Amino acid sequence: MRPGGSEPRSTEETRPERVAPAEEAEARPVIESAVLRVKDLSLWYGASRALHAVSLDVAPRKITAFIGPSGCGKSTLLRCFNRLNDLIGDVRVEGSIFLEGLDIHATDVDVNMLRKRVGMVFQKSNPFPKSIYENVAYGCRIHGMSRRPDLDPIVERSLRAAALWDEVKDRLHESALGLSGGQQQRLCIARAIAVEPEVILLDEPCSALDPLSTARIEELMQDLKSDYSIVIVTHNMQQASRVSDYTAFLYMGRLVEYGETERVFINPVKKQTEDYITGRFG
Amino acid sequence: MARRILEHSLGAICGAALALNLLLVLGLLFLIAANALPAFWQEKVTLVTLNDGRKLLGEIRAREVIPPRQGEAESSGARIKMKTGNRDVTGEDFVWIDEAQIASRVTPPDAVVLERLEYGFFYGTMAELRNGSEVVARGSEDVARAFGPVHDRILRQVAETRDVERHGAGAPADPAVSSGLAALHDRLAGEVLVMTTADGASRAVPVEKIVRAVRPNVLSSAGTLGLYLTRAREFLLDDPRESNTEGGIFPAIFGTVLMVFLMTFAAAPLGVLAALFLREYSEQGVLVRLVRTAVNNLAGVPSIVFGIFGLGFFVYAVGGSIDAWFFADRLPSPTFGTGGLLWASLTLALLTVPVVIVATEEGLAAVPRVVREGSLALGATHFETMTRVVLPAAMPGILTGMILAMARAAGEVAPLMIVGMVKLAPALPIDGVFPFVHLERKFMHLGFHIFDLGFQSPNVESTKPLVYATALLLITVVTVMNLLAISLRNRLRRKYATGAF
Repeated sequence: MRPGGSEPRSTEETRPERVAPAEEAEARPVIESAVLRVKDLSLWYGASRALHAVSLDVAPRKITAFIGPSGCGKSTLLRCFNRLNDLIGDVRVEGSIFLEGLDIHATDVDVNMLRKRVGMVFQKSNPFPKSIYENVAYGCRIHGMSRRPDLDPIVERSLRAAALWDEVKDRLHESALGLSGGQQQRLCIARAIAVEPEVILLDEPCSALDPLSTARIEELMQDLKSDYSIVIVTHNMQQASRVSDYTAFLYMGRLVEYGETERVFINPVKKQTEDYITGRFG
Repeated sequence: MARRILEHSLGAICGAALALNLLLVLGLLFLIAANALPAFWQEKVTLVTLNDGRKLLGEIRAREVIPPRQGEAESSGARIKMKTGNRDVTGEDFVWIDEAQIASRVTPPDAVVLERLEYGFFYGTMAELRNGSEVVARGSEDVARAFGPVHDRILRQVAETRDVERHGAGAPADPAVSSGLAALHDRLAGEVLVMTTADGASRAVPVEKIVRAVRPNVLSSAGTLGLYLTRAREFLLDDPRESNTEGGIFPAIFGTVLMVFLMTFAAAPLGVLAALFLREYSEQGVLVRLVRTAVNNLAGVPSIVFGIFGLGFFVYAVGGSIDAWFFADRLPSPTFGTGGLLWASLTLALLTVPVVIVATEEGLAAVPRVVREGSLALGATHFETMTRVVLPAAMPGILTGMILAMARAAGEVAPLMIVGMVKLAPALPIDGVFPFVHLERKFMHLGFHIFDLGFQSPNVESTKPLVYATALLLITVVTVMNLLAISLRNRLRRKYATGAF
């Protein structure tokens, strides 16, 4: 199931085309009991519009990949799910996002609790300048857990879940900054799952890693799928086709195509999608 | 070709500049150390007989060629500088003698150096030891033998009476105790050591005023070294005497270190909080840029200006108000409304706070945004992110700022002269009297002590080595405090390793 394996079609037009509503509906997968429901989400950075009325549903306990060229808005969309865009001044959002029915933009939503439910792993591994143990325990400490007997099992479970336990169990109290890049990224995953989120957002988690570390993280994502809903942003189309169940292709702030990964890669409905996954542009 | 030559010579020029810098620093340290370290060394005592029959006893401290007079081509020989002591007899500690006038030099074995609490050193020979009118011992050898035990006993008694007096201070005096003390004082004053000077005059020195008596010409090398170390220890740990020309400088060391610590406690939170606001809470606009520029410029304001501000604001305004509200019963004599340790520390804190702000801002800026986002993405609030992740990560940078601030504060003298630093403080700012810490007190400072010894002293010749010794000590104190802060910083850095940052 490689992008190159899909049938290349002849194209007359290379310019992006406004997506017609009917076509859009056709391209959309049917997802029951979506964990995240995005409705007509638009976002502006100051005067420039980064997202154009994006609507999509994220399936529970599946891996959803966002692909698209740089600047297409896939990271911006991802960061809407835990409202991390709030940190940037001069951002305006329209439309709505529901996390299991909860409107995350509602005024009575505690954004810190939202972020506890929606964990995130970043492009660049960002362990805190603390010990490995404290990195994993950080979220729990923030949310009011402080006793070692409570934390110890969580730390071990999280590190095991992130496939890091065997490598670090003898140096839990050494600095996390001494780990290799791949280990640091898995530590960040362990840190994210320590607070037991419902959704894990991965923002290009492997872009700074070597192929072996990438393979380990991809393997790990398959293991985590049984417990968490995962949304991954990736530049790497092979990665999206390898790991994800659903794929959304974004282009210039618009959701162009969204569907089951196999369908999107083998039989894209939109010409832009096809051009992108076959490497005509992007 | 020309480029190659330039390329090569540029490296050489840079190297030379660095070497010159190092040379200057090392030269300065060497100059200070070379002048400071011999300060406590006991030279042999020489008896110099002049051509006209006059005799001088003392230590030869320097020798120089006499510069030729105007119109003369050649120098008329050399002269020596002798420390002859006996300031109470001759009125001067040092004399210059033309070598041409010297008939003979000998080092008599029975020559004695007395270190006294008053009037400095005495050079002579022991003649008699008296207790009131009774002669305990007579003749150089007998007196030398008898002197040790008598001296020990008297020093012990003096220490005991001082304890009694100190505990009784403030309490209504018991007449029996006070008359007993008075009698003891009289009896102690009667125990005298009669010394003969080189030219035959005799002088009675109360034994209680003698710190120690040594015969340097018969002292072994080990003994001389021991004497050196004892004097160095006294310099570090004793109170000054004789308008700071003798004794130790402990109050100055204590005052300097305490002031720097107080300054740190004031400047650190102020600077860190201000930097946090500038970097983390305020919007990065024109106003913040202006404030930042102003802060940077504040670091360049002459320190005396801060001193004047400290005097006007802390001493008169704040201190005056405190006095009016809390110490009205003591007015018109001021308590906080005059210069003191607290106001000096706060003035210095103002002086050094820009350094802390700049360093902290740099430390905060060096914490990657993605690390903050990592914390926020786990559900931490801005405040939690700040206190648990950003500040610890910026701590090495903050400590660098503290180190710079401490180094600046410890060397600052000018502003302190008007906000509480004095030549001689009657008491340490921390003592055994309630409330134990007296921040309103005046204090001594090594920097000012150097100035005082070198330029304000009635006896410049004898204090010259002490100027260097005090300077060496100030450098040592600053270095030690910096090393402490640096080791703390290194521990933090090791704890968080390196790498990702």
